[in-house]
Amino acid sequence: MADYTLRVRRQKPEADDRGPAGPYWEDFEVDLDPTLSVLDGLLQAKDRQDGSLAVRCSCRAAICGSCGVKVNGQSTLACKTQLGEASEAANRLNGGSEPIVVEPMENMPVIKDLVTDMESTHWKKMRRVTPWLLDDGNPPERERVVPHENMVDITQPISCIQCGACVSACLSMEADPDFIGPAALAKAYRFVGDPRDVETDERLYDLAQDPHGIYDCTHCFSCITACPKGVDPMNQIMRLRRAAGEAEIVDKNNGHNHEVAFTKIIEKKGTLDESLLLQESLAPGIVGKMKPAGVKGLLESLPTAIRGIKSGKMRSISKLIPGIHPKLPGDAQDKVEKIYERAEKSRWQLNLYITGRDEDLTEAEEAPEQEEAKA
Amino acid sequence: MPRHDVLVIGAGLAGQRAALAAAQTGVSVGIISKVHPVRSHSNAAQGGINAALNPDDSWESHAFDTIKGSDYLGDQDAIEIMCREAPEEIIHLEHLGVPFHRDDKGHLGTRAFGGASAARTYYVADITGQAIMHVLYEQLMKHSGSVDRYEEYFTTALAIDDAGACVGAVTRNVRDGSMELFEAKNVILATGGNGQIWRPTTNALICTGDGIAMAYRVGAPLMDMEMIQYHPTTLAGKGFLITEGARGEGAHLLNAKGERFMERYAPNKMELASRDVVSRAEQTEINEGRGFPDGTVALDVTVVPKKRVHEALREIVLVGRDFAGVDITQEPIHIKPGNHYTMGGVKTDTHGATNVAGLYAAGECACVSVHGGNRLGANSLLDTLIFGRRAGEHAANRAKRTDFGRASRSVLADEESQISDLIGRERGKGRRISEIKLELGQTMDKHVAVFREKESIEIALDVVKRLKEEAKSAYIDDRGTVFNQDVLGAIELGFMLDSAECTCLGALHRTESRGAQFRTDFPVRNDDEWLKHIDLTMNGDGPEISYSDVTITDWQPQERTY
Repeated sequence: MADYTLRVRRQKPEADDRGPAGPYWEDFEVDLDPTLSVLDGLLQAKDRQDGSLAVRCSCRAAICGSCGVKVNGQSTLACKTQLGEASEAANRLNGGSEPIVVEPMENMPVIKDLVTDMESTHWKKMRRVTPWLLDDGNPPERERVVPHENMVDITQPISCIQCGACVSACLSMEADPDFIGPAALAKAYRFVGDPRDVETDERLYDLAQDPHGIYDCTHCFSCITACPKGVDPMNQIMRLRRAAGEAEIVDKNNGHNHEVAFTKIIEKKGTLDESLLLQESLAPGIVGKMKPAGVKGLLESLPTAIRGIKSGKMRSISKLIPGIHPKLPGDAQDKVEKIYERAEKSRWQLNLYITGRDEDLTEAEEAPEQEEAKA
Repeated sequence: MPRHDVLVIGAGLAGQRAALAAAQTGVSVGIISKVHPVRSHSNAAQGGINAALNPDDSWESHAFDTIKGSDYLGDQDAIEIMCREAPEEIIHLEHLGVPFHRDDKGHLGTRAFGGASAARTYYVADITGQAIMHVLYEQLMKHSGSVDRYEEYFTTALAIDDAGACVGAVTRNVRDGSMELFEAKNVILATGGNGQIWRPTTNALICTGDGIAMAYRVGAPLMDMEMIQYHPTTLAGKGFLITEGARGEGAHLLNAKGERFMERYAPNKMELASRDVVSRAEQTEINEGRGFPDGTVALDVTVVPKKRVHEALREIVLVGRDFAGVDITQEPIHIKPGNHYTMGGVKTDTHGATNVAGLYAAGECACVSVHGGNRLGANSLLDTLIFGRRAGEHAANRAKRTDFGRASRSVLADEESQISDLIGRERGKGRRISEIKLELGQTMDKHVAVFREKESIEIALDVVKRLKEEAKSAYIDDRGTVFNQDVLGAIELGFMLDSAECTCLGALHRTESRGAQFRTDFPVRNDDEWLKHIDLTMNGDGPEISYSDVTITDWQPQERTY
């Protein structure tokens, strides 16, 4: 048993006999084993000190997805965060004996204390992606015969428990509240990756063309860090992008062009030539630069470029003038190209958790033989 | 005032399946849930769902396994229906989009499960319940035009008309505290089990047996309430579930001496005997000093190939890592029997209809009875879906020939005044609700668990009766309207105490050992006297006992060995 202080960001939705409405901080002292969770701490505070402390919770075992909160600023599940670890993290962050800070999730309105309004945010976005199987309307008498690998692949997004931690952690959504977001896009991949769904291209086109769709993600990894179930929403978004690219969907957001430009520049130069990136994204190649849309895009981006120069973000001459970007030393460029060759071979990857995305990759690869040996 | 032909209370698998089935017939359907539907406890069903779908399997074999598993207390007509309709239901789920894992030819794959004579458990990794429930919720979103969802609405009581028929329910909107009477031609209870009466339990905090108690309070009989399943593999201390799928994939149970002790208790089926058998074996090992010092035995998953563990037992890898600090692919994990499932519940016929007209029940809150004295693993998901659908269809058809009724008393005003009385109680006077819940949970886990005897059950019953009195003056802190979880917790405590009383009485009354009920003072099954159900009907402030026959079709009781 140990003593912990939970510093809870509370929000009183209405005035009552104990105070006015509004947000405030309150500390709760709890006495629990370090291996018990922040949720256990909150429940002890609720049970013993103040039953009005509101937190959604049910399973206590990271399967129902109710208790999404921020612990020490990190979006997560309260039930999956151990008190001992949370306390150490708080101390590391602040260099001393600091309380564990518990706050409601971001990117959604607060209803009361740690309870947020997920309906107007998370669920609304979820419904945006047509979240049900669109089949051919003519199911066979028995099951549809599909590869096991595809079912395992989509099991990863299906492991999503809709807790909202990724939505809370999403930096793009902070900048663009209309971004469809990591959870809903992971759900979209669940159908795009499902061979039984017949509207794959339509889904991809829809999500690529939407200015708040798949190209709105900035690849920041926050959702991967936050996800308590290893769904890795960002990876699912990247799978959607790859699929959209393979389907040759050129979106009006220039998201696909941007991705291609990025890849090609690195392939050619080893590092990013930023002077080329913008023009190749907006108006790829000579053909692109002759198209009215390309010219328009380039002209429209001038103010951004000027702001970049003024603010000092684009400093060196080499970043301003195309063509004089420095080359990599020695044979480094050849090595870059080798990396490209290798990546091209495994261009399309299914979700890999089964084959050991973690440290025991080699052992996991050996496992099938063991299975055979056993059989 | 919301009005529906069919009002479903509870939005786990049984509730969602009932709502979708009813909606398909064109009637107006509402579904109420005290939590968002995807938070429902069906999520926690990990291992899979049984069906005799393979050509070399048969529904009769599935039925026999289920009957034997039930220790011959299951009603065989209901079991036949469940097992016959299982394959079609699996195919239906597959068509809706459930990503069942496949065999190497792309057909539905199976795994072995306890008490089953064939590998007939269909699965999605070890998140089968979650996968099915999320797919059903997708369907609810798709069919939002024909099913109205009331998410985060807490039901406090059922409304009954002068003739005793159920005509609706009173709800509290959790978000703003407003109370409403929902009118309905039929109400389907799908509120799940009551595992929170025990502590620890694998059950979620929401599993407080609301529907069981609400039905009981309007005169519907409860049945088999003494039959409480203790799951063989729960995490010591915390009560979290480790799927039976682990043993299905080949994991061993070991005592502290490293012996595979199931050899002594079930030499044929070993770790895959029925859950009651395995739990008793473990508890015997622990009681006789062959367990670990923390009162556990070990589950050894390291014997399962690692790729298979990562692919098929993903969830419990996470449970081991996050909640026990154990990498189950590297070392055994300590487990013990823990409260898991309520075989009993609201007594229904094979259409889910209770003895109260217009009131149905399905899923864990109901007792059809397909599980009898002991439920087989992977039969619970099946139960929810088959009888959820049947209840939905039957209620929808009944709605077509019934009119809306009128509640015989001002049930809404009564409920409102009870809540304002609760909120008005002086803080600090009387006990805290949380204290009463803790005492109840610990008492039940100590006295009404794997092994039972007269004296200990009587102790539990006395405690429950005292707690019922104390609950009448217990106080809460929260006086607000928005998300007042204190009010809901106090109402849930009332539901829990009613259920607990019935369980204690049933356990005390059944002077034999059958299925999950093992009486150390009556250690033998007694078919002459006890091949019958115990029904409990509310009379005044407590339950009155009566009996009903077990329906036997083709399978006569035999000695039960694994």
